[in-house]
Amino acid sequence: MMLEVRAVSHRYGPKQVLDRVTFSVEKGELFGIVGPNGSGKTTLLKLICKELPLASGEIKIHGQPLLTLSAKQWARFAAVLPQTAEAAAGYTVRETVALGRYAHQRGLFPTWTKEDEAAVQEALRAVGLADKIDEPLERLSGGERQRAYLARALAQKPQLLLLDEPTNHMDVSGQVRLLDRLAEAARSRGLTVVAVFHDMNVASLYCDRVLVLKEGKTAALGTPTDVMTPALLEEVFAAPIVRLAHPATAKPMFSFVPKGKQEESSAGELRLFFLDDAAVLASRQPLRVLSSALIGAGFQWATHFVNRQVGLDYDCGDAEGDMRRYLEQHGFSLERTIGMMTAVDVRDAVWLQKEGEAFSVAVMATAGVGNAVDAARAWQHKPLAARPGTINMVIVIDGVLTEAAFVQAMMTATEAKVKALADCSVCDPETGTLATGTSTDSLAVAATQTGPTFAYAGTATELGRTIGRLVYEATIEALDRYKRRRGRR
Amino acid sequence: MAVTAAMLSLLVGISTGSLSIPFSSIVHILASEWFGMPLSSDIPADWVPIVMAIRLPRVVLAFLVGASLALAGAAFQGLLKNALADPYTLGVSSGAAVGAVLVIFLGWQWPLFGTFTLPIVSILCGMATLAAVLAFTRMVERQMSVETIILAGIIFGAFFSAFISLMIALTGEELRQIISWLMGSVAMRGWKYSGLLLPFFLAGAAVLLANGRELNAFAFGEAAALHVGVDVTRRKVIILTAAALLTGAAVSVSGTIGFVGLVVPHMVRLVCGPNYRVLLPLSLLYGGAFLVLADVAARMIIEPRELPIGVITALIGAPLFAVLFFRKMKRKMG
Repeated sequence: MMLEVRAVSHRYGPKQVLDRVTFSVEKGELFGIVGPNGSGKTTLLKLICKELPLASGEIKIHGQPLLTLSAKQWARFAAVLPQTAEAAAGYTVRETVALGRYAHQRGLFPTWTKEDEAAVQEALRAVGLADKIDEPLERLSGGERQRAYLARALAQKPQLLLLDEPTNHMDVSGQVRLLDRLAEAARSRGLTVVAVFHDMNVASLYCDRVLVLKEGKTAALGTPTDVMTPALLEEVFAAPIVRLAHPATAKPMFSFVPKGKQEESSAGELRLFFLDDAAVLASRQPLRVLSSALIGAGFQWATHFVNRQVGLDYDCGDAEGDMRRYLEQHGFSLERTIGMMTAVDVRDAVWLQKEGEAFSVAVMATAGVGNAVDAARAWQHKPLAARPGTINMVIVIDGVLTEAAFVQAMMTATEAKVKALADCSVCDPETGTLATGTSTDSLAVAATQTGPTFAYAGTATELGRTIGRLVYEATIEALDRYKRRRGRR
Repeated sequence: MAVTAAMLSLLVGISTGSLSIPFSSIVHILASEWFGMPLSSDIPADWVPIVMAIRLPRVVLAFLVGASLALAGAAFQGLLKNALADPYTLGVSSGAAVGAVLVIFLGWQWPLFGTFTLPIVSILCGMATLAAVLAFTRMVERQMSVETIILAGIIFGAFFSAFISLMIALTGEELRQIISWLMGSVAMRGWKYSGLLLPFFLAGAAVLLANGRELNAFAFGEAAALHVGVDVTRRKVIILTAAALLTGAAVSVSGTIGFVGLVVPHMVRLVCGPNYRVLLPLSLLYGGAFLVLADVAARMIIEPRELPIGVITALIGAPLFAVLFFRKMKRKMG
């Protein structure tokens, strides 16, 4: 066991800042201490590095009680990267890092050994500052200076590295590089890292285990995935927090929900208008959208839904790039727009709205079935280049939807669409069976995220039933208009 | 180079005066006195007592005092992370002077210490003053900013100077002599005073020179020093004690000579960087040389009369102090 902290308490005057905190850290672990300001995390770190006297409880480093270690002995086991290091004027990087060897030198006037020099060089290489060894410290950037201090800590050849909000003064790329280096050192050299983190996301991404402190007490202890639940963090930070899945690694991410004044909005503030070759649905408020659209797929916040009409002979080679250019040319923000394509005349777009008791739902749909496919038998098709999707649908719900409700709304809408196609006897021309959709349908479910909350949107709920009915009716109507226009031609 | 400069300053110090003695003659006289070499006949016989009994003790004392003050100044600056700190600006010199005046003008002599009563009382008073200044500063504000420490030093310094004047007035001594003592002087003190200073100088200098690495660590802040393994509380006490020891001993034999501890380390830092393992020995040598030359200037400016040496050091040091203070505040403001 590299570090053992048992029943440690601390008070500043009458204020209890730490209350019987107990945890231990294994060799090679990257251990995080998180909590809001004043939760005692920095105090805890100061007790471990002997900056504050330990009044109650026990701390052991490498099995040795802290009290029995002299300052030098301690510094041979452990090193610290402080939150803010005062820049000492005039010292070079070498002189700064050489101080890390202090605890390893003996005698009144010790000589600088080969081992000392090797440790300094290695530490500088590890932080990528080897070429700045003779630069004065104050000529380095903030991030480089922090790395020089990290090199000083590494030159101590510690087994335990303590960090106090190490990334506080760094930009994002600096933070990532520093933490990547630390994680690498922890893995390759068996270095144990104990770090105080302000940022829950950083802690979650890099720590093997975290200790969550609240008002000096242990609120949770364990892996980030297990303990950093929204419920716990909301309690600890006393602010609404949402937890998301990191897109690239299997770790949770967190974000605060600002309490800012939100304008009352409703689906009624939606506006449908037409450009020469597009139907545009615009909302004054950004809407949270889950979509399979060409532009803005996945979860997004969006204000505009652009359903663009292209010719039947449109070349789909770079449909996405072409759509981006189209949106930019027409002054839509790519970050705030959901873009779909269709071969159908967009003037045939169906626009249906329904007010429920506590909510309203609106659907915009365009449909064409030249491309109709039976999903269950599509494997029998010859491979074909995808052509523009022909059933495009935007569903706008005035209310707060959970992620589950979003996905269920997509399912409900898809099921209703399939049923509408079946009732209109639309067939897959290749298999001759009833079609379930077209090969490139787009669907977007949007919610205002104000007003009542809907946990679910399956057909067991009133919302789900409303969505199913509206989608069904809109699809039937859109198909009808499509057929009539074809008939006219 | 610093050693050569120090030797040269000593020679200049011995050679200058109402009677100018060439370097070569000085070397001959010293060689004959110390190593029994025959004295060449073209050197006037009366030069020998002038060199050996008057000028040599004077420059040696000046050198020891200058070296002590410069070392103490460097140590104070390093530990307090304060470029404006020196025995004089911190009030330690004035505190030590109170002790010295008590001993000299009240004619104290403690049985166990004999003549060493003077430096010992002076050192104790210097240490007490330092403790009081630091405690007072901490009371005013916890983070002990540069200006507050200096302000506290000046308050204590002014109070002690007034206290000394009062004491002297009450004892009825002649004022001009006392003022000249207060401004500092290394004249007409003979070997006795060098002997009083030497043991304290050797002890203090040895301790400080051995703490160069610790002072480097302190330059990065006390927390950083602790993190690399410095026993902060113990080292702080050791370094401050040694610096107060040097100051007190120097003041007891020469009065309050200001700004040496400010000027010398600062100049050395400009040329050689802040590393205390270099800065401390160089401050010792250049501090000694600086005061020997300042003494030469004090002797020459209004010949045949002498200025107090503190006048010279203040004429050089106070403007530098002003410049440093100006820069410090400028940096602070923006």
